[in-house]
Amino acid sequence: MPAFGVQSSVMENLISIRGLTVAFDGVPALRGIDLDVQPGEAVGLVGESGCGKSVTWLAALGLLPGHAAVGGSVRLGGQELLGAPAQTLDKVRGGRVAMIFQDPASALNPVIRVGRQVEEALRLHRGLTGAAARAEARRLFEQVGIPDPAGRLNSFAHEMSGGQNQRVMIAMALAGRPDLLIADEPTTALDATIQAQILDLLRRVQQDHGMALVLISHDLGVVADLCSKVGVMYAGRMIEDGSADQIFQSPSHPYTRGLLAALPEMIGPRRRLEAIQGAVPNPADMPPGCAFAPRCTQAGSDCDAGTPNLRRVAGGHRAACLRIAA
Amino acid sequence: MIGFLGLRLLRAALTIVLVVSFAFIVLRLSGDPAMTIMSPEAPPEAIAAFRTAWGLDRPVWEQYFSYFGAILQGELGQSMRDGRPAMAVVLERIPATLMLTIPALIVKVGIGVPAGVFAALYRNSWIDRLVMALAVAGFTVPSFVLGLILVLIFAVSLGWLPSGGQDSWRNIILPVITMSLGGAGVLARFTRSAMLEVLGQPYIRTATAKGVPWAAVVRGHALPNAAIPTVTIVGFMVGTLIAGAVVVESVFSWPGVGRLLVVAVANRDLAIVQCILLLVAVTMVTANFIVDLLYGVLDPRLRGTASTGAH
Repeated sequence: MPAFGVQSSVMENLISIRGLTVAFDGVPALRGIDLDVQPGEAVGLVGESGCGKSVTWLAALGLLPGHAAVGGSVRLGGQELLGAPAQTLDKVRGGRVAMIFQDPASALNPVIRVGRQVEEALRLHRGLTGAAARAEARRLFEQVGIPDPAGRLNSFAHEMSGGQNQRVMIAMALAGRPDLLIADEPTTALDATIQAQILDLLRRVQQDHGMALVLISHDLGVVADLCSKVGVMYAGRMIEDGSADQIFQSPSHPYTRGLLAALPEMIGPRRRLEAIQGAVPNPADMPPGCAFAPRCTQAGSDCDAGTPNLRRVAGGHRAACLRIAA
Repeated sequence: MIGFLGLRLLRAALTIVLVVSFAFIVLRLSGDPAMTIMSPEAPPEAIAAFRTAWGLDRPVWEQYFSYFGAILQGELGQSMRDGRPAMAVVLERIPATLMLTIPALIVKVGIGVPAGVFAALYRNSWIDRLVMALAVAGFTVPSFVLGLILVLIFAVSLGWLPSGGQDSWRNIILPVITMSLGGAGVLARFTRSAMLEVLGQPYIRTATAKGVPWAAVVRGHALPNAAIPTVTIVGFMVGTLIAGAVVVESVFSWPGVGRLLVVAVANRDLAIVQCILLLVAVTMVTANFIVDLLYGVLDPRLRGTASTGAH
């Protein structure tokens, strides 16, 4: 079965995830994820908290704690990352795949000046030290729109706003000239006006650097704005994927439709927003078949028979639901 | 910063005043030095003369104020036993005590901090369990018990080390070990929990995610943050350098400040006891003051609040 993204292009994948599973102390968190990212493309991953969006990428980069059991395959340009030696992973992290996180204030080391934290990445991945590293860090600060870049190099994270800290994180991510930037809920902790600025900045650096971008978010609007391809996750599985247009214009999976129905519309008559009934299943006690069946208005007894696989809806658009006419 | 320092110094001075007052009150309430020193069988005229000589016949508040006035002039009174200046009697004991407490502090930090760091890095492994079991053993066994056991084994049975006296460097080995194990255990536990707290922080994940090798993450990103709570405990230990060896000095008959204190209390030698308490208060307060300054050096987040004195 082709993975997400493979059909739409003949380009070689930058990163290829196959059958990725993660369990924490025996409780499954990811139950087999297939995902491809091609050079320079922007992919959105959406879903509720705990569905495995972040865990997918933390697992891919070997950033999960020791008690997590990871299985499957993650290949970066033909190189297997799962189980790779520490030196290999240290080169990949920050050098080929960079990551920024939800709460920039706590993601920066509180006792090290932000400039030094960026220079550390420059030293590791580009061998820059001393004045050269300082000058490059300053240039990166300018590029991500930090006012008074030379002065700000000497600041600590607590002396700057959340938006500024996220700009520092982006500068640090760009320091290694990565091929892929994973942005894990990059605007969730920020004010609405700052959110828009950070998203603009992400769009700009993605285009300027020709990097691929994976945007992890529970905010559908953010994903629709930035990404050309979207994957929807639920309870540790990919349940729908396709182009942003396909997902947002003609969602197929009842869960995706539920997510979109829960959003207010800017135009048209006012209507009552629809909530998805029930709650996400406990990972230690999953339903026998489709994980969404207990909350699904269209579920029948056949939905409990087995976990549905992704099936084709239209060119490049797939959903894991038995109700989709094949 | 000036305001912060001023406030700190004021608090330090107040602490010392309170300690000295407390010592004065307790010692005056707990027995009559004239009776203890002169013995109850002494002729009443002799006891009265002793009281007059030491000012013990004056009202307590008058004794208190003249005592404080004397301290402010650097006059700490004379030993009631041999009439020498109390400060001189105490000061000549300090080198002997430091000969034990400084090596003990080095051993505490040298063993406790690395042990705690390794326990945290290998959390839930056998290393962690071993370190924590030893740490608990270290600080639950009272030092007089540990001291006697060590003497029995290494001095009496094996005859490797002397059990007392101070004629060579070998004499300090047993007392230093006795004094340091408990502190090393406390430090190991504190360092471990500080490290675990820090290792779970998002900035550690950020450092790993940008390609910093794990050893450098621990050294460059985790340790500087974990040092902040650990410094508090080490600072407390520095504060006990002068008089932290009361029990051990007694067990090993070491002629330091601790033993002087025990003897002076037993003899009701008020000037000596007050002088030692003043010294203890001053070292403790000084150590705390240095720790406060170190916080500002280690944690830039505290520098801002420090300058307003709100910390």
